[in-house]
Amino acid sequence: MYSQGLIGADSTTEETPEFLARFQARIDAEEKIEPNDAMPEGYRRTLVRQIGQHAHSEIVGMLPEGNWITRAPSLKRKAALLAKVQDEGGHGLYLYAAAETLGVSREEMTEELHAGKAKYSSIFNYPTLSWADIGTIGWLVDGAAIMNQIPLCRCSFGPYARAMIRVCKEESFHQRQGYEIVMTLARGTPAQREMAQDALNRWWWPSLMMFGPHDADSEHSDQSMAWKIKRFSNDELRQKFIDATVPQAEFLGLSVPDEDLKWNEEKNGYDHGEIDWSEFWRVVKGGGQMNVDRIRDRKAAWDNGAWVREAARAHAAKRATRKQAAE
Amino acid sequence: MARLEAVLELADDHLILGHRISEWCGHAPMLEEDLALPNMALDLIGTARVLYDHAAKLEGKGRSEDDLAMLRVEREYRNCLLVERPNGDFAQTMLRQLYFAAFMEPFWKAALGSSDEIIRGVAGKAVKEMAYHIRHAGEWVIRLGDGTEESARRMQGAVTELHRFTGELFESSPAAAACEAEGVLPVRADMRGDWDRVIGMVFGEALLEQPDIPFPQTGGRAGIHGEQLGHLLAEMQYLQRAYPGAEW
Repeated sequence: MYSQGLIGADSTTEETPEFLARFQARIDAEEKIEPNDAMPEGYRRTLVRQIGQHAHSEIVGMLPEGNWITRAPSLKRKAALLAKVQDEGGHGLYLYAAAETLGVSREEMTEELHAGKAKYSSIFNYPTLSWADIGTIGWLVDGAAIMNQIPLCRCSFGPYARAMIRVCKEESFHQRQGYEIVMTLARGTPAQREMAQDALNRWWWPSLMMFGPHDADSEHSDQSMAWKIKRFSNDELRQKFIDATVPQAEFLGLSVPDEDLKWNEEKNGYDHGEIDWSEFWRVVKGGGQMNVDRIRDRKAAWDNGAWVREAARAHAAKRATRKQAAE
Repeated sequence: MARLEAVLELADDHLILGHRISEWCGHAPMLEEDLALPNMALDLIGTARVLYDHAAKLEGKGRSEDDLAMLRVEREYRNCLLVERPNGDFAQTMLRQLYFAAFMEPFWKAALGSSDEIIRGVAGKAVKEMAYHIRHAGEWVIRLGDGTEESARRMQGAVTELHRFTGELFESSPAAAACEAEGVLPVRADMRGDWDRVIGMVFGEALLEQPDIPFPQTGGRAGIHGEQLGHLLAEMQYLQRAYPGAEW
């Protein structure tokens, strides 16, 4: 309940040049910023936005994977997928808790998501069409998430950094589990192999888009780097991901759907084809096939559950009254 | 063969209820329940897996847990009717869970003394899980029963909907009766006292009435299911049916 004391607190700090310099000096000295520390409003806002988006991504991300829980092909896969989707919910829960330390409630963030005011990772606006998608999401999407999130374990904001340590451990397990699903398919029947290749074809480019626009077009990057919320640029992380993932695809005998992909000895990394940024922006702006469905499903869960949450509150109030009367 | 059938009955109960609960994943009334429901589903599916594996070995025809779960049709499934009932609203889901767990907890406790080593092993783990399910679902039944006007109405509606399926929990099929006589499984009818006590306690706090049931519904143990089970199986078995013989 520590965090709730801060909700709605007046966080205005007089941002004199001396204050900003002292704050930056703490960041430069790799000190962790904690919830009760004075911080520039921009720093607070950036973190609320980023942690909130991250939490929403975990929650919305439960839907495309949840789509296959009831159709998982074996009991072992069903149990593993359930556990995985449950992990995502857990990540959402402690990310919301980390954001709450900055003075915004989970309810407020949820309402912003439902109103279309808060974003979540665009990758979840693509449909999961086959069992291979479940493996491929683990392999590529969780793989890309790890690339993004490992540096966040050193983020200057303490609660976010600490949450990321656990999240990364679990994501790395998910990534291996996903790769193992794809490997089983790649070594399976011709139909299973085709399923795996089709999934890679559909998820490859959206996964590369997960790192965000090119550095030159990324509006929040410079300040976030200076505040050590972000440690590497979008393009750097994307390159790391490609370099790590292409050999994994080769090992499976699957082909990465990029004709321009080739090893560049000089830069010791892969050159790749241009990302279709018009698709990226279309999906970010709400034009992906599943954007409308995802928010509708989240809203439906929330709205259909309103009477349950109300009853819980009403019951707790009755209990408190009875307890008081008994004392 | 009686033991194989009786173990399958138990396995089917756990798988079908676990599957039903898993349908909630991502759609629960609050994030905490999006974590709690998969937890309960995982407990149930975990138990089902050990039991199917046991059944497959008792049968000795080289079938696997997945063959038993994924390649039997409605008439071959032996679960009780309660567990296959559709989720309905959150009140129905929680009440179904309470009814089932309030039966299974004393059942597994008694099964700790089974002459079957695997059953004893399952019981050791499941008895703790069922105690947790009683607590979690029981607390919700109380909150909803004694919450708002709407929640109380829905909770009583859930009782009306589901109570008629509870009698079947205490019935033993011929296969189960044979196992009971041999000390492999506890006598199902013996769980009545514990079940009544738990349900009575929860209902007392939840301000709920146990209704008279003029027409108790049974038939699951003979494979006479409701119409929804076939749809559940069609969904669950889709990949195994569409790609026969593939490894996943």
